[in-house]
Amino acid sequence: MSAPREFAPLGNATSLPWTEVPEWPVAKLVDATAAQLAGGGRLCAWLGVPEGGVTRLVAVVAFDADNTLAVARSTAVEPPTGVPFAVSHRYPALTPRCAQAHLFEREVWEQHGLVPDGHPWLKPVRRSAGHAPAVGEFFRVEGREVHEVAVGPVHAGVIEPGHFRFQCAGEEVLHLEIALGYQHRGIEDALAGGPHRATLSQMETIAGDSTIAHATAHALVCEALAGAEAPLRAQWLRAVALELERLANHTGDLGALANDVAFLPTAAACGKTRGDFLNLTALVCGNRFGRGLVRPGGCAHDLEPERAAQLLDRLRTALAEVETAVAWLWDASSVRARFEGTGVLTDEQAADLGLVGPAARASGLVRDVRYDHPAGWHRFAQMPVAVWPGGDVFARARVRSLEVQRSGQFLVGQLAAAPDGPVCDVAGPLAVDSLAVALVEGWRGETCHVALTDAGGRFRRYKIVDPSFHNWTGLALALRGQAISDFPLCNKSFNLSYCGFDL
Amino acid sequence: MFVVDTLTQRLKRGCETVAYPQGPAPALPDRHGGALRVDAAKCAEGCSACVPVCPTQAIARPSFAKASDGAAGGAIELDLGRCIFCAACVEVCPTKAITQTGDHRMAVQRRADLRLGQPGGEEVRLAGALDEKLRRMFGRSLRLRQVSAGGCNACEADVNVLGTIGWDLSRFGIQFVASPRHADGLLITGPVTQNMRLALVKTYAAVPAPKIVIAVGACAIAGGPFVGHAQQCDGAASVVPVDLFIPGCPPHPLTILDGLLRMLGRLEEKSASRG
Repeated sequence: MSAPREFAPLGNATSLPWTEVPEWPVAKLVDATAAQLAGGGRLCAWLGVPEGGVTRLVAVVAFDADNTLAVARSTAVEPPTGVPFAVSHRYPALTPRCAQAHLFEREVWEQHGLVPDGHPWLKPVRRSAGHAPAVGEFFRVEGREVHEVAVGPVHAGVIEPGHFRFQCAGEEVLHLEIALGYQHRGIEDALAGGPHRATLSQMETIAGDSTIAHATAHALVCEALAGAEAPLRAQWLRAVALELERLANHTGDLGALANDVAFLPTAAACGKTRGDFLNLTALVCGNRFGRGLVRPGGCAHDLEPERAAQLLDRLRTALAEVETAVAWLWDASSVRARFEGTGVLTDEQAADLGLVGPAARASGLVRDVRYDHPAGWHRFAQMPVAVWPGGDVFARARVRSLEVQRSGQFLVGQLAAAPDGPVCDVAGPLAVDSLAVALVEGWRGETCHVALTDAGGRFRRYKIVDPSFHNWTGLALALRGQAISDFPLCNKSFNLSYCGFDL
Repeated sequence: MFVVDTLTQRLKRGCETVAYPQGPAPALPDRHGGALRVDAAKCAEGCSACVPVCPTQAIARPSFAKASDGAAGGAIELDLGRCIFCAACVEVCPTKAITQTGDHRMAVQRRADLRLGQPGGEEVRLAGALDEKLRRMFGRSLRLRQVSAGGCNACEADVNVLGTIGWDLSRFGIQFVASPRHADGLLITGPVTQNMRLALVKTYAAVPAPKIVIAVGACAIAGGPFVGHAQQCDGAASVVPVDLFIPGCPPHPLTILDGLLRMLGRLEEKSASRG
């Protein structure tokens, strides 16, 4: 299948002039997008571009099997003619046909006021103005035995804020609705007219545990718009840092999952080893989360041979420790009994919701940006996609453990095969009136940045889609039919970002 | 067989907790740089190269406008509370007026103690211990409620890491509790978003007095990379009174631990100092 004529094809981390993005009346764009999503496409981004007093819609669709992306836009969505008073601009919603669009359309409504007619659950995504996120209507289950549990925004642990509203019959969760937005810091708003001098720091703190993924996506977008690639050695170093980030977070998650079922040996060991992985990132750039490493044009630090040798040595030790600690986990029947069959998300649900990352791969979906849409160093160095069937906590833990092994093998291989050359090039000015898309497989999944420049080469619109944006609804569905006491375990098995969603 | 296996492994690995503060502090990563030092007297006349490169507007040279008219340039002032330690200013400074000290210690009690540059104020004025009354109350048992109010999860992660076997925070009697009612104070991360402001105020009110508040990270101290955004409050101090500021983006776990122990008067300066 090749990209349909309604869409302009483009590769990951490339750009095209805004005038070459096909333009359709909004109803036709919705139809065309629905047709593509029904035919195996996946919605990466659905965003509004304000233009004077009106808004255009832009759809970015991924065709994973073809390794291509495709983009199309609508004409400006006009208010109905002949109405003597101001009314909202409306268009026929995509969501009734494609569930994966549901949050995107709510977001467009919140950000630009475009009403998707026929959206089944239209409410704000972040409450970026006005009341707190949990103020408002929640889906309610009625009945004498039904009760409601409200949790958050301040939770019991050292964790970010969010609000969870459970509808329960006794212990059993009938429905969970998640209200986020508490972490909203206005990142997308601030990008208009950018890049500014704080932009890179803001990209690195979209989701602090995904610093490398977001900074790399931003750098790729800027480089695509500037028409220049980063030096090969920088691409290599970014790939190394991305896997270190994955190792640290997956290891931490495996430890936290063990902790949530009171299996302390693995929890204790992984908690420490996670720190060892973070320290490896700090060895590269001084910061445990990789801040200050990736920038448009390349990397700010080099990984000299002596440093790489030290990194490899410490990496081998840490990998051996994780291997041992995780083996205890798989060995313990008490752990398997708690993991298996808990928080099941079926393959169909995962596909319908457009899940990404380990959560999707644990429902048997083979999707991984590094494999499907390789950019940067991943064009030259691949690793197998880790997939596990089942969609339960066990599968999500298993995928992480497989990815720890594969990232480890990848790093051991790559550290012995560094390309020569500089790590940083001068980042040129951005092309005018152009659109660029970059996808990076962060440890949580597909990290998508879409940038559109104006006539002066500044950002006119910049859209960030953190993998959590796709996946939070997956957690809500996985909770159905579960005991409410299993919520922490299910939540940890997804481990989604609050701030990455809230932006 | 995992029981035998785990026990064997455990014995083989021994104690993995850092020796600090009885032993020496572990070294910071060599590219970290540690706290900054500002010798404003070294500033070249009319130079303000560091001002525009700072992503968080942490550096100001108030009378630079006059300096361009030929008058003497005023002293630069660097606010370590806003600093995200990117070292852009260090690299761009032609006279080495801003330097990295490699020191992990940065926690202060007063916001003004993070402003560097004035004579006598080249480095941070580190926090002392709480007064005797609070110290007797909290010195050996401190329960904190953590509130993330727009934090990006990096400060939270490096607070969490103090609870692992590598740092073992509970050996100092410091623990994080689930309810503010059980807490002696708050540890706040993030710039305090408008959407979290009310939750923070309520959580603070729910902590019984006397209570202490610790702001961790550039965001919680001054808004960090988001300074000036209408969606946030430029730090915790604009909402609740803050007793301890710990700079960083995020602060290294060692910096956070130093701050907590410093406040509780649990540090022997001799062993904490690294030359």
